[in-house]
Amino acid sequence: MGVIVPLVSVSAFWALIGFGGPWLVPKGVNRGIIQTMIVLTAVCCWMFWILVYLHQLNPLIGPQISVKTIRWMAEKWGNAPGVDTHYSTTSSP
Amino acid sequence: MGTIFRSEWMSLCQVFLQTDSAYACVAELGELGLAQFRDLNGDANNYQRKFVNEIRRCDEMERKLRFIEEEVVKDSLEVDDANMYIKAPQPKEMTELEANLEKVEEELISINANTKVLQKNFTQLMEMRAVIESVKVLLDSGSRMHAAQSISEAARGEAGPIQVGITPNFDQYDKENRESTELKFVTGVIQRSKGATFERFLWRMCRGKVFVRMMDISIPNVTGLADVPTEKAVFILFFSGEALRSRVKRICQGFHAEIYNCPDNVVERASLLVQINTQVEDMQSVLNKTLEHRRRVVLASGMNVKLWSFKVLKIKSIFHTLNMFSIDVTQKCLIAECWMPTADMSMVMDALRRGTEMSGSTVMPVLNEMETHETPPTYFKLNKFTLGFQNIVDAYGIANYREVNPAPWTIISFPFLFACMFGDAGHGIVMFLTALLFLIFEKKIIAAKIKDEIFNTFFGGRYVIILMGAFSIYTGTLYNDFYSKSVNIFGSKWTNPINYTDLAVWEVRGATQDQDLDFTFSPNPAFDHDSGPYPWGVDPVWNLAKNKLNFLNPMKMKMSICIGISQMFFGVMLSLLNHVYNRSWLDVIFVFIPQMLFLCCIFVYLCIQVIIKWLFFYVDGKFIFGNWYPGSNCAPSLLIGLISMFMMKSRDDGFVKGNVPNYDDETQQFDQCYLQLWYPGQAMAEQILLAVAVLSIPVMLLVKPIYQLMQHKRGVPISGGHGHGEDDTGEFNFGDVMVYQAIHTIEFALGCVSHTASYLRLWALSLAHAQLSEVLWDMLFHMGLTFSTGYLGAVMIFIFFSIFAVLSVSILILMEGLSAFLHALRLHWVEFQSKFYGGTGIAFEPFSFIKLIRLAEGLDQ
Repeated sequence: MGVIVPLVSVSAFWALIGFGGPWLVPKGVNRGIIQTMIVLTAVCCWMFWILVYLHQLNPLIGPQISVKTIRWMAEKWGNAPGVDTHYSTTSSP
Repeated sequence: MGTIFRSEWMSLCQVFLQTDSAYACVAELGELGLAQFRDLNGDANNYQRKFVNEIRRCDEMERKLRFIEEEVVKDSLEVDDANMYIKAPQPKEMTELEANLEKVEEELISINANTKVLQKNFTQLMEMRAVIESVKVLLDSGSRMHAAQSISEAARGEAGPIQVGITPNFDQYDKENRESTELKFVTGVIQRSKGATFERFLWRMCRGKVFVRMMDISIPNVTGLADVPTEKAVFILFFSGEALRSRVKRICQGFHAEIYNCPDNVVERASLLVQINTQVEDMQSVLNKTLEHRRRVVLASGMNVKLWSFKVLKIKSIFHTLNMFSIDVTQKCLIAECWMPTADMSMVMDALRRGTEMSGSTVMPVLNEMETHETPPTYFKLNKFTLGFQNIVDAYGIANYREVNPAPWTIISFPFLFACMFGDAGHGIVMFLTALLFLIFEKKIIAAKIKDEIFNTFFGGRYVIILMGAFSIYTGTLYNDFYSKSVNIFGSKWTNPINYTDLAVWEVRGATQDQDLDFTFSPNPAFDHDSGPYPWGVDPVWNLAKNKLNFLNPMKMKMSICIGISQMFFGVMLSLLNHVYNRSWLDVIFVFIPQMLFLCCIFVYLCIQVIIKWLFFYVDGKFIFGNWYPGSNCAPSLLIGLISMFMMKSRDDGFVKGNVPNYDDETQQFDQCYLQLWYPGQAMAEQILLAVAVLSIPVMLLVKPIYQLMQHKRGVPISGGHGHGEDDTGEFNFGDVMVYQAIHTIEFALGCVSHTASYLRLWALSLAHAQLSEVLWDMLFHMGLTFSTGYLGAVMIFIFFSIFAVLSVSILILMEGLSAFLHALRLHWVEFQSKFYGGTGIAFEPFSFIKLIRLAEGLDQ
């Protein structure tokens, strides 16, 4: 999925709750409070999510991992494009 | 608006009550709990008020109730609990209650007196019996001979007081035999503790001519009364000559020893014993009947004591309230002044009407509103959910009358800030479930009327805790932290960028050096940039990384700053609501707008920079805003950038000399390229922002006081709005206004800077929590899992897990939870509320029976 898909879907989800939720609150003494709570929840939760998302959009550093774990990652999660998976006996780093 | 955005409208009302119906009306108002009465007889002391006698009667009744309760407790019976929602008793019920209590008290006192007398008689009988039985033993064992011997030795001036072990001198035997038949004796009972002194004293006073023998006995305490000694001893004193008898008797009196005359003759002793035995049995049955009667009385009272004490409490409080009313000249009418919520005036009127009908009076009470310049008390209509959050706000200060209340926002922002600092989904689940338990058994726990303060603190905050737990689960999933482990739901966006050959070489090298070697991925190519970041929260690869903090720390710091500045911005907007409500355009234009400009030009600018850096700067070289950006080593440092902005430091434009892309030549980069200007027009823009921010400070400081001074000179009355700068006579004092404005300005300007940094505690605490969690995993759970395979492993994991669980709950959930709670509280009280909150109001304290009873029970403070 691209950058856009999670961005739009999660924002749409919280927007639905934040803008649509207040209309669904039944009339009563506590209507104002419940509406405030719904809107504030949507705003806080969305803001928290988007801050974490944006920070990871363009990471400036990468993880430092032990070689053993990298082996495991290579098996389980696959390799980046352009990685040579053959063992050549002549090269040395 | 909703119910607790501002405090309720209050009105000061005067109530005219007829004296006949006054009691009933006040009782109804007490049940309603919506009126706060003012003391109209403030200068009268307690003895000058009208209903002094009634209060005295109530005090008497309370004393009697306390006595009855003591008696119930003495019998180790439980005082039955009563329903605290009973109706207040009518005045005629009061006399009934008084008579009832008097009767019960009298009965109990007489029973107690009788029991004492019975116990005394019983003791005497038992002692007599013990004496007879012991004397038989003592006389039979040849004590008489020993006595005679000892006394004659003493008469000859030899030997000590009691030497039982010496062999008798058989030469003197016959002579002493003759003397023994002449010996007299006295028997009695003395307390065991005085026994030794008694003997010594006798020996000294009678020069050894009195022989003492003692036997320990124990007298049972049948009535359970206190102060009944049971450890006694029977003594028998042998002496010759009647003269010594009176001396001995006096000594016994002095030592509080009872003398019981025991007949010397065996037959007489036997018949006396039989007599005493029958007497003892009779006494036993009388005693039992008395105790049974007492038990019945006490049991009956025990069932009603609580109910009676609630009734007396209500009666007494009604009379206290009636004492606060003033009486008009005709003595027929009582006048009361009370604060009540304007919206509830009809309910109060109904209550008064009900009271008048109940007392059978025909004259309706009159309720009319009074004009007043006094500040009304602050009243919020709360339910069990909002009560917890309002208490949090009130602990700092009660809201001013009709100012914006922080509580409705606190309902969500407080648990949210807590969760930012607590951020572990696993611990969040535990917290959530605990609070859920409290809520499910809410009714039962309230009915149990627990008085323990710590439990009540946690139970009272159950709604706060459940929200804190729920938000912690949310932030925990975003931080990807479940007991320090991450989950991989959507697939990590980081993959291995190293060729297998190189990997193999590194592995070999690591094996030969016996080290675990690391490799640091570069985002290009390890990060799947086109596909975008991990969609929900922190990528799980970071849990495997040794440099995880290098990534998470900047994330949490930037997040804290952004959240903090949003909250402060919101706080300043709330102050606008207050200014608009007070219709003070002066405040809006010359206080609110400069504050906004100051906040925005510096801190919102910082937030925008953070977001732009996130969006545009990556590891690949490209043109950004027209400048060639070579790579991540030139990513602009925002913190130093802000400092340079303030110091107006001159910086180079762009990252690279000549602004030409060069992929390999690092010498072309500017020195410290991460400290230079990075967007076109930055120098000019920053100068303007700085100028605006700096200029807004004198505006905040000077305009309002000077304007008010000019208005005052022109003769226009200053409304004040908050009473500052006006002393008691309402005079306008320029010095005070100036000082207040200066304090306010400095607080805001310095506060903006220091509070922004203060929000970094969101980062600090979440880091501490994550690290503690990791320690517990590494040192305990991990060790338990890898201890050994097989059965030993199973046992060890059990042990390790229990330690892990106990430490998790006590350190991570309780201690860290309390810590995060405290810091979230501080952030609200200082950083958020200082932007708009006054908090110098008075709380509304209505006359309410429920509140009084709860106070008396110790359920509320």
